[in-house]
Amino acid sequence: MAKTNGTGTNGGAPNETQITFLEAIKQAMFEEMERDPAVILLGQDVGVYGGAFKTSEGLLERFGWERVLDTPISESAIIGAACGMSYLGLRPIAEMQFIDFIVCAFNQITNFVAKGHYLWNAPAPMVIRGPSGGGVHGGPFHSANPEMYFVHTPGLKVIYPSTPYDAKGLLKAAVRDNNPVLFFEHKFLYRRIKGEVPAGDYTVPIGKAVVRREGKHLTILSYAAMMHTSLEAAEALAKEGIEAEVIDLRTLLPLDEETILTSVKKTNKCLVVHEDTKTGGIAGEIAAILCEKAFDDLDGPLMRVTSLDTPVPYAPTLEEHFLPSAKKVFAAAKELARY
Amino acid sequence: MKKELTRSQYLDLYYYMRLNRGVEDMMVKLFRQNKIVGGLYSSLGQEAISVGTAYALEKKDWLAPMIRNIGALLVKGVPPRDIFMQHMAKYDSPTKGKDGTSHFGDLDNLHIVSPISMLGDLIPVMTGVSIAGRYLGQKIVAMTWIGDGGSSTGVFHEGLNFAAAQKAPFVLILENNLWAYSTPVRKQVPLVNLADRAKAYGIDSYIVDGNDVVAVYTTAKEAVVRARAGEGPILIEAKTFRRMGHAQHDPAEYVPKEMRAYWEARDPIALYEKFLTNERLLDTESKNQIEEKINTLLAREREFAENSPMPPPELAETGVYCTGDDCHKIRAKWERPIAEVTPPRSTVEAVWTVPGFGSGKGSGGASAPIHFGDTQPAKHAAGNEANSANGGKSAAKITAKAAPKKTMKATAANASRKARR
Repeated sequence: MAKTNGTGTNGGAPNETQITFLEAIKQAMFEEMERDPAVILLGQDVGVYGGAFKTSEGLLERFGWERVLDTPISESAIIGAACGMSYLGLRPIAEMQFIDFIVCAFNQITNFVAKGHYLWNAPAPMVIRGPSGGGVHGGPFHSANPEMYFVHTPGLKVIYPSTPYDAKGLLKAAVRDNNPVLFFEHKFLYRRIKGEVPAGDYTVPIGKAVVRREGKHLTILSYAAMMHTSLEAAEALAKEGIEAEVIDLRTLLPLDEETILTSVKKTNKCLVVHEDTKTGGIAGEIAAILCEKAFDDLDGPLMRVTSLDTPVPYAPTLEEHFLPSAKKVFAAAKELARY
Repeated sequence: MKKELTRSQYLDLYYYMRLNRGVEDMMVKLFRQNKIVGGLYSSLGQEAISVGTAYALEKKDWLAPMIRNIGALLVKGVPPRDIFMQHMAKYDSPTKGKDGTSHFGDLDNLHIVSPISMLGDLIPVMTGVSIAGRYLGQKIVAMTWIGDGGSSTGVFHEGLNFAAAQKAPFVLILENNLWAYSTPVRKQVPLVNLADRAKAYGIDSYIVDGNDVVAVYTTAKEAVVRARAGEGPILIEAKTFRRMGHAQHDPAEYVPKEMRAYWEARDPIALYEKFLTNERLLDTESKNQIEEKINTLLAREREFAENSPMPPPELAETGVYCTGDDCHKIRAKWERPIAEVTPPRSTVEAVWTVPGFGSGKGSGGASAPIHFGDTQPAKHAAGNEANSANGGKSAAKITAKAAPKKTMKATAANASRKARR
């Protein structure tokens, strides 16, 4: 897996440090709670235990029982209560211990939280965050990528970062946003990925994709853990003379159409790589956008490398087969490049 | 009914019940004239509950109505025109035609949270409102309503349990009108009193005659005072009857004639008028004055509503997202020193100390003698416990170090019962 520096950093200047993806999440929450007493955290085992992945370790010690709430196992209550808190001007961060469990609160999110501003002018400044994604043998109920359920819900914002720099900057932006933001943290990246973050306060804008690698032969669109898989494939493609432009979507809702269209109009070919299952994944939406807005620019079909249309299987052999890989991305890109 | 309010309070209750019924009677007319876009839900015969409970709240308190709580909205200060226009989908309505019925709110002034059609969702939301109010030092109470039908939803239980665990200043009115659409309460819930649901969460409950507005008010007032004082959430079951069908389209032929006759003879407004007359609080003249006031108001409000335009079609495209400070300036209203919730004063030791369950620091991996209440602790464990942070005290109380005691009591009672078994 290729290591990447977060874009927007100055490439390892002395005032920056290498931190893990997980540390970036922790720093973002710590700094936001330090900055604004309206920011509180609630979720299962986020207090004394510091969170199942230790993303909130130390927060209770510093901010106390009123700002770090250990809750019962009640996802609807966690998210409903966070919504109610936001109506009084708080900016709660609700943690789902594993993002798979977010669907237990599906109604609360899609009907209550998401529709409030449109219907009765009630903003709900809250963040729902948690560990997502596969590749760690978590099995069918601890590996999900449920982002597209929510991308289909007007009123939400959906973020899925791939680097520590983005994770920290986007989480801070999410906390400061006046809308409900869903923030997915790929758990495969938690301790495997390190990157530079600046010493001071910064945010990364929500709704902006970023070019991770420039190229002219085709565009690869990806996000989260598959971003790194795509970069690895791009390295291999370069050795065969195929220069892929790799774009990190970072935010799925609202989608940065401009960056996507600019790149595809340059390379004329587009491959989408995501860990989410194929049917109903973001690739289908991107295909539609390209058909509507860049049809004449396409020299080949939109291609996609995704997980299989199955639940996430448990055995390593099965999961490996289920997930996209650099090899699969490489093969698809080569095929696309031939057009 | 006992006499324990001031005359103006008695007359307020009467005025709001009459206004509640007047607003709904007028909406039935509008419905029959095809001026109401969607469905119309009636609270006929349940006015004492909406009015009596909401009247127990202070101005700063928060409420979230259900579809049959028009009376609560009127008490909180919503003008009848807003209710008419909501139903008529008018541009000047609180939601500008984006939603109907009682689905609207007001965060800034009246402190009303809008309901959604999915029942029970307001319970965790209002729990969050009440926790936030406590956190900000506002000393508010949050109130919402649920029906006998809605009390079987998952969120009802998740929300009430969380409110109980947090000792939230929250009052839940369970309006038992005996019918969830066509299904009688006996077929939904194997309980005689739905107030018994409170026992599962270790919170207090009341049962009140929902057609007796004075009883409803005094009970709600007591609950609100107790919740505000930090005693935790309270459930009130108000027993009543849904006189109309689920909505206008439903003739409710499934309701037994005797049941309907019984409750029609117990009309809350007629009962209250009798009480007021007997107590010499209301005479023909003052009754006529009140009626005149309501008729004039409603005629004016209806005219305004009818003259309001339909929303322009393009409005449908706007308002999905808050665009920032230009759209909403979100500022928490602090009524306590912020220093109390920021370091260093907020700093605590992250340790649970649970007599009977040992003690332990989760995140640091400190070893702790953990045993469960239904097994005898090993001898060495018991010995360790005597030296632990709680000094081996009996399992009567659980305290979490530096935790606000009031949020812990409910858990304590449950755990200690377990420990003694």
